[in-house]
Amino acid sequence: MQLVILFLEFFKTGLFAVGGGLATLPFLYALADKYPWLQSQQIPDMIAVSESTPGPMGVNMATYAGFHCDGVLGSIVATVGLVTPSIIVIIIVYQFLERFRTSRVVENIFYGLRPVVVGLIGSAGFGVIVLALFAQDVSPVDWTAFVRWKECILFVLVLAVSRKWKKVHPIALILAGAVAGILFQMG
Amino acid sequence: MKELFSLFITFARIGAFTFGGGYAMLPMLQREVVESRKWATEDEVLDYFAIGQCTPGVIFVNTATFIGYKRKGIPGAIFATAGGVFPSLVIIMVIAAVLTNFAELPVVQYAFGGIRVVVGVLILNAVAGMWKKSVVDKLGVVLAAIAFLVVTFTGLSPVWMVLMGAVIGILAKSFSAAGKGEA
Repeated sequence: MQLVILFLEFFKTGLFAVGGGLATLPFLYALADKYPWLQSQQIPDMIAVSESTPGPMGVNMATYAGFHCDGVLGSIVATVGLVTPSIIVIIIVYQFLERFRTSRVVENIFYGLRPVVVGLIGSAGFGVIVLALFAQDVSPVDWTAFVRWKECILFVLVLAVSRKWKKVHPIALILAGAVAGILFQMG
Repeated sequence: MKELFSLFITFARIGAFTFGGGYAMLPMLQREVVESRKWATEDEVLDYFAIGQCTPGVIFVNTATFIGYKRKGIPGAIFATAGGVFPSLVIIMVIAAVLTNFAELPVVQYAFGGIRVVVGVLILNAVAGMWKKSVVDKLGVVLAAIAFLVVTFTGLSPVWMVLMGAVIGILAKSFSAAGKGEA
C-alpha cells in the first residue's frame, strides 16, 4: 500500500513539476508535511547530494526520498512514478509533432524557439561559470579573494584543450576536472 | 533489440556524467546522440529541449524519451529513460544507505569544484556551436539575448521565455510573409 502511495505521489510530481529538477522541490516539501518517512530537515541534504552526484536532480531526489520510505524498492517505485508522466506526455507530443512537422505554424514556432533555447542554455552556463570561478561568500570589492584563481586557470586550460582538440570526449574532461579539483583542493 | 540495448547504454553514460541539472546534459547529448550515433540532428535536440522545458517532468527524462521514441517507439522510449535514470538509482541508493555524509566529504567538494569548471566550459562550447546553427538572423540574436538576460537576472521561469519564442516565431513569420504578399 505504501508503495502504491509512493508511486502516485511521485507520478503527481512528475506530472505537475514543469521546468526541471528544482521545480520538484515544492512537491517534496508537501510530501514531508504529509508523511512520517520524510522530514523537511532532510530536504537540504537531499539537494546537496543530488547536486554533487551525476544525473538529473529530479530523479536523484525521487530516488533518495523513495529510499527513505521503503529502501531499494521504494527508490525504484518513486523513480518510475516520477518518469511515467514524462513518457506518456512526450509520446503524445511526439505524435502531434510528426503530424504537424511540415506545417507552417510548427515551423514558425521552432524558428522562434531555437534562439530562446540557446539563450536559456547560455544562462544556465553563465550560472555554472559564476559559481565555479567566483567565491560566493566574499564581496566582489575584495577581488583577490573573490576570484578563485586556481579554478580560473583550470577554466582557461580546459577551454583551450576543448577548442583545439574537439575530439576529446566530455567524459574525459569531466574526469580530468574531478582529479584537478581533488589535487588542488578546489571549490 | 540491439538498438534498444544501445539506447539504454548511451543514456546511462549520459546520465552518469551529467552534473548539475538538465542543461548540463547538452554537451554529452551532442557528442553521443548527434555526432557519434546520429540518432537526431542538432536542431531536433534543441527542439526536444524546448519542448522538454515546457512539458511536465524532468527535462533530461523528456529528452531521453523523445530520442528513444523516435528511434524505436514505445520500447525505445522506455529503454532510453531507464538507461538515463539507472546511474542515479544506483549511486543515490548507495549514498542513502551508507554514505549519508557524502556531500560534506572534503574530497567530494574538491572534486566537484573542479567538475563545475569543466561543466561551465562544456556548456559554453555547446552554446557557441548552437549559436552558429540556430541563431540565423537579427531577430534570433534579440530573442536569445532577451531569454539570457531575463532568466539570468530576474529569475523568471524559463517556461515564459519558451512561450514568448513560440509566439514571436509565429508573428514574425506571418508578418514577413504578409509583407511579401504571400499570406
